Amino acid sequence: MQYTTGKDAFYAGVRALLPAAPGVIPFGLVTGVTAIEQGLSPLTSIGMTVLFFAGAAQMAALQLLRNDAFPLVIIVTALVINLRFLMYSASMAPHFARLPKRWKWPLSYVLSDQAYVLSILKFTDGKSALYGHYFYAGAGISMWLTWQLAVMAGVFLGAEIPASWSLDFAIPLVFLALLVPSVRNSACLGAACVGGVVAVLAMDMAYNLGLLLASVCGIGTGLLVEHVQRGRPGRALSPAPGDAAPEEKAAGENATGDKAP
Amino acid sequence: MSELELWLLFLAVGLGTFCLRLSFIQFHGQLRLPAVLNRALAYVPASVLAALVLPSVVNSGADAELLLLSPRTLAALTAALVAWKTKNILYTLLSGMAVLWLLQSFS
Repeated sequence: MQYTTGKDAFYAGVRALLPAAPGVIPFGLVTGVTAIEQGLSPLTSIGMTVLFFAGAAQMAALQLLRNDAFPLVIIVTALVINLRFLMYSASMAPHFARLPKRWKWPLSYVLSDQAYVLSILKFTDGKSALYGHYFYAGAGISMWLTWQLAVMAGVFLGAEIPASWSLDFAIPLVFLALLVPSVRNSACLGAACVGGVVAVLAMDMAYNLGLLLASVCGIGTGLLVEHVQRGRPGRALSPAPGDAAPEEKAAGENATGDKAP
Repeated sequence: MSELELWLLFLAVGLGTFCLRLSFIQFHGQLRLPAVLNRALAYVPASVLAALVLPSVVNSGADAELLLLSPRTLAALTAALVAWKTKNILYTLLSGMAVLWLLQSFS
């Protein structure tokens, strides 16, 4: 669609973001509840949410705080999880190249998975180039608001939830909900299996370094599988998304099975 | 960790994350991502998320033993199936918690 004014494009961005909200709100609620259960004050929890504006990194940091991890490990882990923003930044950069700094900095701050995915489609269709950054701003700012309000609601609910509800289990469940769709091909599957198994084996490593070691091993495995597949002609590099998922289930069982006492 | 240390920690992550987001947008044309790093980034979500999920699922017993057939592993397997079928965070969360509560009420 062609936008004639910046305002039109901005509101189109807001409307495009709305369908994503039901997926974001429960994640935000759980993040807020987890922060309070971790013993953070409401103000610190909200400050953390504003500073991070990255759900998975925030959840990982909270889990590491629970395990009394070394602060440097928490910082590095959170930044590794956020490395994907480098990719988004590189992909958005040409479309923002002519904007002044007073646009670039705030637009960078609200860069999120959702705002990126929605806007890059607009930018690449070529028609909305003139007001594309307004569309992105609409999607990005409404995503920011949705996230902050959801976490805040979780923060104020948090105190009311009894420990017998085992709500700490919500953390791995949220990660699981993000993990399964991220396994798009066999190289990703290899990365996930090795990452998971190494993390279990390295659970007792000092300062929770196991998580970083596991991530590096997983990424290495992904690259290796990709390399091996390239060497074999006639084999599809990326099978259909549906193909990888049942393997992931079985592999998950194997991964835990290996570790049975 | 004291309140001040927490704020410093969060500030460090916040600034680092902002730099990651700003990087190419600010330095367009001057920065280039090495090809191997670009490919490696594709495997970050799968490996990090799996490394976060598996330990907290299998290491659930109070005696810190690895358990295959605990309420948590069964709940996680159910949730994985739901995540795969629905790709929805809310349904994944609800099904996993429901199975966990159900199994815990029996044991």
